[in-house]
Amino acid sequence: MLRSPENITQKAGEDMDNLYDLLILGGGPAGLAAGVYGARARMKTGIIEKGRPGGQAATTEELENYPGFGRGTTGPGLMQAMAEHAAQFGAEFITDTVLSLDLRSNPKSITGRKGEYLAKSVIVALGAQPRMLKVTGEGRLRGKGVSYCATCDAELFEELDVVVVGSGDAAIEEAEYLTKFAENVTIIVIHEEGKVDANQASAERAFRNPKLKWIWNSTVTRINGEELVESVTLKNLKTGEEWDYPTNGVFIFIGTVPNSELVKDQLQVNPQGYIITDEKMGTNLEGVFAAGDVRDKYLRQVITAAADGAIAAVAAEKYVHETELWEQEVLQASKPVVVAYYDPTDMAGNEKIILVDQFVRDHNDQLSLVKVDATRNELVARRYQVTPDKLPLVHLFVQGQLQKQTQTITLESLKELTGIA
Amino acid sequence: MIEVTKDNFDQEVRNSSGLVMVDWWGPKCEHCLELMPHVEELEKRYGDRMKFCKVNTAGNRRLAIGEKVLGLPAMVFYRDGQRVAELSGQDLMPEDIEAKIKELID
Repeated sequence: MLRSPENITQKAGEDMDNLYDLLILGGGPAGLAAGVYGARARMKTGIIEKGRPGGQAATTEELENYPGFGRGTTGPGLMQAMAEHAAQFGAEFITDTVLSLDLRSNPKSITGRKGEYLAKSVIVALGAQPRMLKVTGEGRLRGKGVSYCATCDAELFEELDVVVVGSGDAAIEEAEYLTKFAENVTIIVIHEEGKVDANQASAERAFRNPKLKWIWNSTVTRINGEELVESVTLKNLKTGEEWDYPTNGVFIFIGTVPNSELVKDQLQVNPQGYIITDEKMGTNLEGVFAAGDVRDKYLRQVITAAADGAIAAVAAEKYVHETELWEQEVLQASKPVVVAYYDPTDMAGNEKIILVDQFVRDHNDQLSLVKVDATRNELVARRYQVTPDKLPLVHLFVQGQLQKQTQTITLESLKELTGIA
Repeated sequence: MIEVTKDNFDQEVRNSSGLVMVDWWGPKCEHCLELMPHVEELEKRYGDRMKFCKVNTAGNRRLAIGEKVLGLPAMVFYRDGQRVAELSGQDLMPEDIEAKIKELID
């Protein structure tokens, strides 16, 4: 269903139909997993993706380390299954390109080419993209022999010669894949002979593959060709020697750069541009989460992206729920509100909460009561610094504003707090 | 869309007058498959003013290389048999193709 243009719903512009509980930016494994969890939690969940869902994983032909999906699994196949899974639970796929966003406003506002979308919570799962070599000829000959996607282009190189630049997991695994098509596959490695960055299992298999050739201690300094790639200029880093190596294709796998350009002025990022989050995928902004390759993290794989997405969606759901409840019961309340924060495991503290309960009941014409288990509520910790070490604690809110507080809970202190004699 | 191969490329594209767009695709190119229904939509909208063809590069690899197509997807435009424009790359969007069609059709 994802491939048919009729099924791509565009909701922008219709009443409040463009207000989402959760809006996920990016349809890779992080975004799709977040979509499954968000939609299954009955949130109105939208996934904005500029093209096909699947992200970088959909450009990886062999993907055999996702648990439960072994040999024979393909990236596009697994991603299609994840997308269908998210759609089954009711996640809405929106095909649009995000142009700008305001993540501080309430609700958060996302502007795409096709319209504006509003969201109570946002998960940034924009992923990463292949890093370019930044050498002469690379941009001009893209699609003319220069490629960053073996799955997409390998077939075109049947009977031709290609070089692969890089030695990480992607480089080594894609080079192996290319040997099924190309006549000769040469891997250009920057390291000493025998040293690669890929995992041991892939490296050993590649070393045994007779169709792979290796050039060590070298980098590509230029890609040459009139209309199509004809050769690369290589430089030996030990000797400084430069020479031209004839080839029809150059496949570049030298890592990735995060797609955080759109958000990095609002979200805290590390020096490389990856978004910094806490362990609940929360960013520096309330209700904004990040998941997958765009996040500053130790391991970037489909499984960790999916895990991030699940955590972010659960955290987003909790955020939306707490915020709505707080809004209704405290900030929009007509009467002054006494908020009693407690720790359910603290028996002595709970005795005092009973006193608050009684006091408000005696004055229920003038007051209302909201009790909050502050050991589980992130909103009050974040907005009012109500942390477990301060419990029990009582706040008075009048017309949405915190007026007074007391940590001593007696009849006198409650009279003092509320001004009721 | 007209299915073009190495055998009828001359007849359908090189010797064809007017504007022709050739959608170069491959069965392993996910993005090509994703774009195809959108290209078919574009044919419905603009098919009266230009011709839409597609080439499966699997089986027509030499033709693709002869036409300097070494990356998919690729949309190559020909006017009176002469190559006049090309769009390609993994981030190619249906809107980009439509914009190019509008530019060339007028």
